[in-house]
Amino acid sequence: MAEHTAGQQQHPIKIYLIIWGMLFVLSAFSYAVDYFGLEGMLRWTLILTFMFLKAGFIVAIFMHMAWERLALIGAILLPPAVLLVLIGLMAVEGDYTTSTRAAYFDEKPKLLEPAHSQENR
Amino acid sequence: MSENTAALPEGLPGVVGDWASDKQTFFVSWGKAMMWIFLLSDTFIFTCFLTGYMHVRYSTTVPWPNPSEVFALTIAGHSIPLILIAIMTFILITSSGTMAMAVNNGYRRNRGKAALFMLITALLGASFVGMQAFEWSKLILEEGIRPWGNPLGAAQFGASFFMITGFHGFHVSVGVLYLAIVAFKVWRGHYERRGYEIVEIAGLYWHFVDLVWVFIFAFFYLW
Repeated sequence: MAEHTAGQQQHPIKIYLIIWGMLFVLSAFSYAVDYFGLEGMLRWTLILTFMFLKAGFIVAIFMHMAWERLALIGAILLPPAVLLVLIGLMAVEGDYTTSTRAAYFDEKPKLLEPAHSQENR
Repeated sequence: MSENTAALPEGLPGVVGDWASDKQTFFVSWGKAMMWIFLLSDTFIFTCFLTGYMHVRYSTTVPWPNPSEVFALTIAGHSIPLILIAIMTFILITSSGTMAMAVNNGYRRNRGKAALFMLITALLGASFVGMQAFEWSKLILEEGIRPWGNPLGAAQFGASFFMITGFHGFHVSVGVLYLAIVAFKVWRGHYERRGYEIVEIAGLYWHFVDLVWVFIFAFFYLW
């Protein structure tokens, strides 16, 4: 990395333009996933890959995290890791909440298209 | 901030050294450190919203409305899925690029150009909010979607949609004001002596708004 004094994030314009272009391409790709109606594992692998690449480019280059000191990087990027625990817990609890809803609220599908109502939950 | 970080150790020993003893931890200006900490807290808020949305979407016993169809627009007789959302996404990315240009010009001390790029960024942000207003009115007035229910399926759809996009739209609106104010002060030469780090700090906020949209786009609209 080029030497710089703290707080001054000056980098060649070229790198911003490259990342800018990449963000456009990646967004076009994620839109294409929906446009062509890809489904299942393939859809989710592609969407999540494009999403994390975009997020990574924005944080690392546009927000200059790649050039900050590790103490700042750690203080900002590590705490959100606990959110993964929350996400994991809520994903696991999803089935439980569904079964509770089905058992106690008995939400009948009211305004559905015929295709769905044949499943008859 | 004139401390030269080149003399300090890098990597893990650098983390220990920076945090150790009663001294400065982050070798950035306080404004930048505080903006990062604010953005960290915002990350928690948005993740909680998205996690709540994930949970209700998993657990609803009624089918979820298909976003690809709900957000389709009919242009010249063709129904194009998610087209408005795609345009909004590209506008926000464009504005992130112009913001990066503003930061760069600020540090090069081209204050006219920096202010101009900030103004373009703010205008793109305003057009994003405008499109969101269009989307909201279409959903509320034409499709009859409400936070407590809708005719398309799961009642939680409206609650999640208005909560998440509303909070994001609010962030964009505040960002437009913030950028406009800073752009005006940059243009007036208010920061000639203090330097143009303020442009980078405003840029951090703006890029964060774009970053949140990346996740909303993937999880709300593409799911």
